[in-house]
Amino acid sequence: MAIIQNERLGDTGLRLSEATAGDYFALLKPRVMSLVVFTAFVGLAATPVAVNPVQAMIAVLAIAVGAGASGALNMWYDADIDGRMRRTASRPIPAGLVRPDEALAFGLVLAFFSVMTLGLLVDWLAAAMLAFTIFFYVCVYTMWLKRRTPQNIVIGGAAGAFPPMIGWAAATGAVSLESVILFLIIFLWTPPHFWALALFKTDEYGRAGIPMMPNVAGHESTCRQIFAYAVVVAAVGVLPWALGYAGAAYGAAAALLGAGFAWYAWKVLRMPREDAAMAPAKALFAFSLLYLFGIFAAYLADALFARWAALAGA
Amino acid sequence: MTVQDEDRITLTESQKKARRNRSVAIALALAAFVVVVYLGSIAKFGPALFDRAM
Repeated sequence: MAIIQNERLGDTGLRLSEATAGDYFALLKPRVMSLVVFTAFVGLAATPVAVNPVQAMIAVLAIAVGAGASGALNMWYDADIDGRMRRTASRPIPAGLVRPDEALAFGLVLAFFSVMTLGLLVDWLAAAMLAFTIFFYVCVYTMWLKRRTPQNIVIGGAAGAFPPMIGWAAATGAVSLESVILFLIIFLWTPPHFWALALFKTDEYGRAGIPMMPNVAGHESTCRQIFAYAVVVAAVGVLPWALGYAGAAYGAAAALLGAGFAWYAWKVLRMPREDAAMAPAKALFAFSLLYLFGIFAAYLADALFARWAALAGA
Repeated sequence: MTVQDEDRITLTESQKKARRNRSVAIALALAAFVVVVYLGSIAKFGPALFDRAM
């Protein structure tokens, strides 16, 4: 009886998998997925219409699985460069736990089922937007932009900004100014968030051959652009209050968070090029996560309070 | 044609354990999908789910 192990089958291209369900779950980029789930939920729950709770849960689940599918397809395509960066070398494909073709099949199946489930059980506009988001992240960002231009995450950031719009469309069946502003907040937040990371990971991105802004335009230009985007996102964050559909409490929270974002970006702008520790860039990266969570939490709280107040007054 | 013992592949313990782990996950995912479709159909169509031409 022959016991054939992976080392021997590796030469022939055959391989018996030792991947666990956890390895496949890791393909979904669970940390990114958690942000997608939260922003999609806010987009859905902050609408002025009543949503069936079962359909709301299915919508958020489908959006989460669709985002996970994008992550799996991204890891399938990027397995070569992931293996060259310390941050991504332990992902399931470069670590040898899951084969690229298995990840591809996994991603495609999840993408198909998430879009069809959202369309059949909730709303076809939302499903079409989810399909477009997956296409945009995988084909436009991962395959086209990521290795070609330092504007990769600027344009590709749209994929991460769509979830609240999809949530809104799942609830209302439409796209509106409110959902476009939620999109803009994430879209404009993405460059300073990723460029702060790219500043203290410049060597790794360089080794992998990814043209991130610090590698292409240099330290000073990146810091200036980070500050400019931070100021713009701070202003856009206040728009829901300025346009009159969010309350003063949201406006105050958005202004404070925006001021904090701009302040951390200012410290990055003042960061000397010789600063090897890059503490301001690390601080901005950490604060950017807090900013996004905070502003969406404030938006949700404001919308729920407005709904409760309307019910109490009726 | 008979399959000779020498031609068969015997999984190692870790491969068996991983396969079992994946099988359980697939079963749970399928069961969850059935529940989602069932509840989602009722939520979307309500009582009209059972209205159909005979």
